[in-house]
Amino acid sequence: MTSRQLSKHATRIGFWVLVALIVVIAVFPFYYAVKTSFTPSSELFRVELWPSRLDFTNYVQIFSQRSFLQAIFNSILVATSVVFIALLLGITASYALGRVRFRGRSTVLLVILGVSMFPQVAVLSGLFEDIRALNLYNNPGALILSYTIFTLPFTVWVLTTFMRQLPMELEEAAIMDGATPWVIITKVFLPLMWPAMATTGLLAFIAAWNEFLFALTFTLTDSQRTVPVAIALLSGGSAYELPWGPIMAASVVVTVPLVVLVIIFQRRIVSGLTAGAVKG
Amino acid sequence: MSTPVTESAPIAARHLARHKRSTKVRRQRVRAAWIFLAPMLVVLVLVAGWPLLRTFYFSFTDASLSDLSDTLFIGLENYLIYEDGRWYGVLADPIWWRAVWNTVYFSVVSVSLEVVFGIIVALVLNAEFKGRTLVRAAVLIPWAIPTIVSAQMWAWMLNDQFGIINHLLMVIGIIGEPIAWTADADYSMWAVIMVDVWKTTPFVALLVLAALQMLPKDCYEAAEVDGIHPVKVFFRVTLPLITPALMVAVIFRLLDALRVFDVIYVLTSNSTSTMSMSIYARQQLVEFQDVGYGSAASTLLFLIIALATIAYLYLGRNQLKLGGD
Repeated sequence: MTSRQLSKHATRIGFWVLVALIVVIAVFPFYYAVKTSFTPSSELFRVELWPSRLDFTNYVQIFSQRSFLQAIFNSILVATSVVFIALLLGITASYALGRVRFRGRSTVLLVILGVSMFPQVAVLSGLFEDIRALNLYNNPGALILSYTIFTLPFTVWVLTTFMRQLPMELEEAAIMDGATPWVIITKVFLPLMWPAMATTGLLAFIAAWNEFLFALTFTLTDSQRTVPVAIALLSGGSAYELPWGPIMAASVVVTVPLVVLVIIFQRRIVSGLTAGAVKG
Repeated sequence: MSTPVTESAPIAARHLARHKRSTKVRRQRVRAAWIFLAPMLVVLVLVAGWPLLRTFYFSFTDASLSDLSDTLFIGLENYLIYEDGRWYGVLADPIWWRAVWNTVYFSVVSVSLEVVFGIIVALVLNAEFKGRTLVRAAVLIPWAIPTIVSAQMWAWMLNDQFGIINHLLMVIGIIGEPIAWTADADYSMWAVIMVDVWKTTPFVALLVLAALQMLPKDCYEAAEVDGIHPVKVFFRVTLPLITPALMVAVIFRLLDALRVFDVIYVLTSNSTSTMSMSIYARQQLVEFQDVGYGSAASTLLFLIIALATIAYLYLGRNQLKLGGD
């Protein structure tokens, strides 16, 4: 073998080692969480890479807790409502921002971008006052309201990017036929926007599903919590006796749907993320 | 109500009529645009604008969480005041400055690592090989996992007694005895950074990958024909071309890192060795019920982030254009 061939082989092997390393680092922690969730607490002190058997005790334990089921229900309720509101407000706003030229458009876009950069804690005390005034404290409504602060700017931003890409001729033809802007949105653009809406909706859903700071602050009782808070507070008891088995089981339960969704829609998600960022 | 235009009318009049009609359409569209924007703007004012102004206001009062309506204006006392020979206020609190330092340190180190690893992962994903789709799906997994869950997963793996990381490191022989990663002040910041890098590298990688796939192919063919070393090609051709995308990734990640809350809260709770500005502010606001003082800290954090954004937009104004006009 010549040295040229040798170095070519070495590069190939190096490449595959790198690929393997990336995959292992990306996947292993989640695999290990799954593995732990199937290990009974009495065996957790033995550190093992493979489960010796599948034990469902941890899952039985978390699903027999009413508060965990309630938390899942709250999370679904909050995340779906947030997606619905963000898309409803986002689609009309993005039509205005993406298709109509008017004075002040850049300013509105800049304000939206600015809001998406707010540190959440900076609006915490102000929002607290809002929520008390609206009588929403310790209620999923408080979360639905507060989550729009980060889902709405993002939704508007990405939908505007998609709106811009639609051909001008479509709209011109509709205007010639005397269609009002509302008809143009609902009859002409909406059918074309479904893929974009599915993408932004999914990203907004993930963001709302994962939110922690507001959920921790604006809810008080177990029955009003969302899953991230429920999981974070499972460890709240004693620092020495953390129920790692149930914590991992709960973690797997709230994560598997997301991982499945992300893998199914990965192309869409990548284009959504890059539309939101690169083209912004 | 368009002006009737007869066959015999001069061409100029016909033009004028068409012009009139198009400006009318345009005016209608602009009015419709504002009507369509209104609901979104109202909601943004309700959840962002007004609360932000109230936070600014609270920072000049002695407001307490138990009763926000009974507040007294106290000027800059929450920020800084000299009383009985001592300085008081957020700006005189060593724990606040510790939180500022922690946050900046965390942001700079983790974003730098994410950019380096993100580029490496993106370059790998950009190469053509069997199973590329599977690898890309695998890389997306950390991004899909909720921050709280990833913090708990790592807390378990980093557990001092039963954690697999200590176990593996001891098997290999790198460490002699288990390390209390999240409790030991020497290691906890690195534990937090590690979890954040693990979770957000995919995001950077995806943005870089998108940029890589838009690069012109002919440059690379020319470089290959000329026999230029791939490393040189990367630094001379690829890196400059993907810089705009990198700038966007960096600003997004940096702004996220400066307001970091959840990963630190779950991994190390209120330990001062990893406390971030957001954690400090929330602790004052909620746990100590001191809305005035906490709002002052929140306002400072907002100003720091706003300044960082303005500086960044100023430096990179050619890179980050608001498309359209």
